[in-house]
Amino acid sequence: MTKLVDNIPEGPLVDKWTKYKADAKLVNPANRRNIDVIVVGTGLAGGAAAASLGEMGFNVKSFCFQDSPRRAHSIAAQGGINAAKNYQNDGDSTYRLFYDTIKGGDYRSREANVYRLAEVSTNIIDQCVAQGVPFAREYGGLLDNRSFGGVQVQRTFYAKGQTGQQLLIGAYQALSRQISKGTVTMYNRHEMMDVVVIDGKARGIIARNLITGKIERHSAHAVVLASGGYGNVFFLSTNAMGSNCTAAWKSYKKGAYFANPCFVQIHPTCIPVTGDHQSKLTLMSESLRNDGRIWVPKKKEDAEAIARGEKTGLDIAEEDRDYYLERRYPAFGNLVPRDVASRAAKERCDAGYGVNKTGQAVFLDFSDAINRLGKDAVEARYGNLFQMYEKITDENPYEMPMKIYPAIHYTMGGIWVDYNLQTTIPGLFATGEANFSDHGANRLGASALMQGLADGYFVAPYTVSNYLADDIRTGKISTDHPEFEKAEKTVDDKLDYFINNNGSKSVDYFHRKLGKIIWENCGMARNKEDLEKAIKEVDSLRDEFWKEVKVPGTKDGLNQELEKAGRVADFIELGALMCYDALSREESCGGHFREEYQTPEGEAVRNDKEFAFVSAWEFKGEKKVPELHKEDLKYENIELKQRSYK
Amino acid sequence: MSTNAGLFSSSLGKKYLMAITGLFLCSFLIIHFLGNIALFTNPVQFNEYTRFMSSNPIIRVMEIVLVLGFLTHIIDAIILTRANKKAQPVKYAMNKNKSSWYSRNMGLTGTIILVFLILHLQSFWYEYKFGEVLMTVDSNGNEIKDMFTIVKTAFSEWWYSAIYILAMILLGSHLNHGFQSAFQSVGLRHKKYTPTIKMLGAGFSISITIGFISFPIYFFIIQL
Amino acid sequence: MNLTLKVWRQNGENDKGRIVEYKMSDISPDMSFLEMMDVLNEQLIEKGDNPVAFDHDCREGICGSCSMYINGEPHGPENLITTCQLHMRSFKDGDTIYIEPWRASAFPVVKDLVVDRSAFDAIIQAGGYVSVNTSGNTQDANAIPINKTDADAAFDAATCIGCGACVATCKNSSAMLFTAAKVSHLAHLPQGQVEAKERAINMVNKMDELGFGNCTNTGDCEIQCPKGISLDNIALMNRDFLGASLKSEK
Repeated sequence: MTKLVDNIPEGPLVDKWTKYKADAKLVNPANRRNIDVIVVGTGLAGGAAAASLGEMGFNVKSFCFQDSPRRAHSIAAQGGINAAKNYQNDGDSTYRLFYDTIKGGDYRSREANVYRLAEVSTNIIDQCVAQGVPFAREYGGLLDNRSFGGVQVQRTFYAKGQTGQQLLIGAYQALSRQISKGTVTMYNRHEMMDVVVIDGKARGIIARNLITGKIERHSAHAVVLASGGYGNVFFLSTNAMGSNCTAAWKSYKKGAYFANPCFVQIHPTCIPVTGDHQSKLTLMSESLRNDGRIWVPKKKEDAEAIARGEKTGLDIAEEDRDYYLERRYPAFGNLVPRDVASRAAKERCDAGYGVNKTGQAVFLDFSDAINRLGKDAVEARYGNLFQMYEKITDENPYEMPMKIYPAIHYTMGGIWVDYNLQTTIPGLFATGEANFSDHGANRLGASALMQGLADGYFVAPYTVSNYLADDIRTGKISTDHPEFEKAEKTVDDKLDYFINNNGSKSVDYFHRKLGKIIWENCGMARNKEDLEKAIKEVDSLRDEFWKEVKVPGTKDGLNQELEKAGRVADFIELGALMCYDALSREESCGGHFREEYQTPEGEAVRNDKEFAFVSAWEFKGEKKVPELHKEDLKYENIELKQRSYK
Repeated sequence: MSTNAGLFSSSLGKKYLMAITGLFLCSFLIIHFLGNIALFTNPVQFNEYTRFMSSNPIIRVMEIVLVLGFLTHIIDAIILTRANKKAQPVKYAMNKNKSSWYSRNMGLTGTIILVFLILHLQSFWYEYKFGEVLMTVDSNGNEIKDMFTIVKTAFSEWWYSAIYILAMILLGSHLNHGFQSAFQSVGLRHKKYTPTIKMLGAGFSISITIGFISFPIYFFIIQL
Repeated sequence: MNLTLKVWRQNGENDKGRIVEYKMSDISPDMSFLEMMDVLNEQLIEKGDNPVAFDHDCREGICGSCSMYINGEPHGPENLITTCQLHMRSFKDGDTIYIEPWRASAFPVVKDLVVDRSAFDAIIQAGGYVSVNTSGNTQDANAIPINKTDADAAFDAATCIGCGACVATCKNSSAMLFTAAKVSHLAHLPQGQVEAKERAINMVNKMDELGFGNCTNTGDCEIQCPKGISLDNIALMNRDFLGASLKSEK
């Protein structure tokens, strides 16, 4: 059993990162160009890491499955990015951002990592402005901030509702600059199929060229995963269609531990599902809850009439409306954190008060805001969101209450990493949403972008370089090594299997089924019985998948069904791991709500005594129960408190 | 590579050339039209104007510049059009462009105008220079070529007038896009002023079209 | 809804390609256009045929992957949206819908409706960035105030998603709007001004070299741009390029 070593530097919290940087081993510039680094993924973490490592002079190979690095799903983030700049002079500080992040994560993240994140957050904004990221500004020409997600300071920098896009384009441009300089070689439309481990160290990857179908071997002295989260386990999520867990999952199967897989974030304000054809869910910015009031009918017959299309929200009299968040949480009302708002919506819909034909929707009503502020003011604040809503649903939210429902949005869990962002496989690093490190059991709004860029621009370059300092005498890694051969053959065999399997059902059939199992049993609320049942269901789904999956075409050339088949195979296995994790964590915290552990009023009950640890899962073989390792979380600078929003 | 060779080998350089020669040709149209107004006065004045235009040394030099302007505009257009055809070798089975017809058909209108220009030069310029032209007298009693009669005769043919009018309408279409497009090409665009430039362009192209069409119509009317 | 689809099928870059007709029935008007394509593909897979390959990813109009020429227009009949944001309620029962890939020699067809847009990456690599290293020591973000109008103009240009609709709809397959959007984004900011001239020249030269056509100011790109990027940006680039070329000492 590998012992989990967090490698956190000694010393006071505030000095750890400074000390680390001072002590870090360096690689001589002349040696850097002889050292290869592979970066998988080109989102905020991957794009930034590849660009920065390229600037340092390492020989970087960057991979993305999309047709261009600019399409990574970081681009879809709307709201903003946090940084402890205190430009608004409202008492913000590195410590406060650190504290808010730990608290928001329901005390399940590592102090030292989070403090470092808060510390470099200010550098991110400086760096991005220097790159030409057009953040919103005030008339005086200085940067504007907005408040976000229930914290008490204004520290969120933004670029209208397209902050993720602007930051990603910034990283993409930095990456493009290195590509033109030749320090980074870009492999578009290449999917990582496996990681190659030689003598216990990550030494390369097997990738498939998605256009030619060719399986390629790429060697390197270190591999950095920046492959994003695994929200698509649920089939319906706000993730992009191509977002997948394959890179992370293959690393897990090669020995990297997977941490806290059951910590997923469900975002309360998404556009509800309309029917079985649905392929993807669309997020509406959380900011809508600042002025919208959430309600369902008080009477079940009203809800049923709305579902049948005989009534609309406008037909329900004021006294027949149940503003359930305001009722349950008078202090925070509609502005309770994401997990709380999501569960409350599910509770009402499960009780039969849902307001669309699927019974899974609640109203988000702006009529009060329009009466109070006027339509123009509401339009100025939310115009683009209202327009997007109308485009998708064909309903005018100025007249008809919006319908929303929670959806999977982000995964806090991911590959286990130490302070260096290194996984349990030496030389294999994980950054951004792909790792688990900073958000605990729940992520605060506008923190995902911060973490991705912190890892990519400011953390990984130091820690990867520190690791590579021992590799200057290694020389080029040969791709003829038997481990490469073995990995390539495994990949190729699996592709052959899919192509030759004479199944009867499409990949999406299985993906939908998996999504339904996980959503119902390991979604917003979980319990022992359901999770045990889900593990069995996922297991039999997995057997059925391998027997019945049908992939048309060949493996030589672009074959999108073949791509999906490999990804869904991994999602199914990860789905089972999520259930194991949720089952073992007998408490409710953050995005993980166990029905057995709640107060009589239905609030989460955390168990710090027994569960203040990170669950790190080790792969023990196909169809074998994974092994749980625990990394105890020590809080030396923060006192653990129960969250309350009443 | 020298700056200018570099500049004009780029796609933008060719655009600038197109714009500058286009605007220069616009100025020619104005002068040409203003001179032709003499047709409305009396034959003698028109003939004297014609003699002045064909003998004044400055005008003769300008004539060469004008020819160069036309040639540059035309050759540049041919080079650009060929490159553009190459840039999109496969056409859509179904294509609906929402931009204006005249903006997308500069090549077509330009070609027809060019054909007309050749016909126009043949019937007036060539005829005046090399044809057997009737002689008449100017206001001082000196002998002078009777250009007025050439014009009058040409416009007495209905088909000639019809071609002329059609060509002028297409010229208007060409100018309507070309005028404002030239400003865009050299980067003169401004939220406040561009609408004015566009209006000026539309006004200019309509005036030029109506102005030139007025000549065959005038001759048609005086023949009645 | 019942529909007739006429879809471009092409098996690889060297195949000639052809329009193939598919009949669709029971299509819900609430479906997105790509979900309708998903249904078609499910049916094709069921029959043992190859599904139609098309690029798509975020399905919320921001990643710029989707690229279909629908009934003669990039991203279909509605303005200011991408294909993934188009819904079937924009069509009528009984409609015939043509679905074709982007057409431009700089965007060769990879398969069916998938084209290779790496030429756009090459244009950005030619200079679409600010030359600043990651250091952690860059000056404070508020050290240079930027006029709000300029910051907003930079943002508006920077909203380009690189989908290629501008090239697809342009009768000359010109990449001017794409290139200009980046030139203009960076030219509006003091951080981008330092290398603005070299940037304009290098990016335009790269664009020419890649086989895009020449701009004739028809304005189709602006009409079809899902992000509403304005021709103002092209004018700015024309101006900057002219100035840069004239002042250049090379």
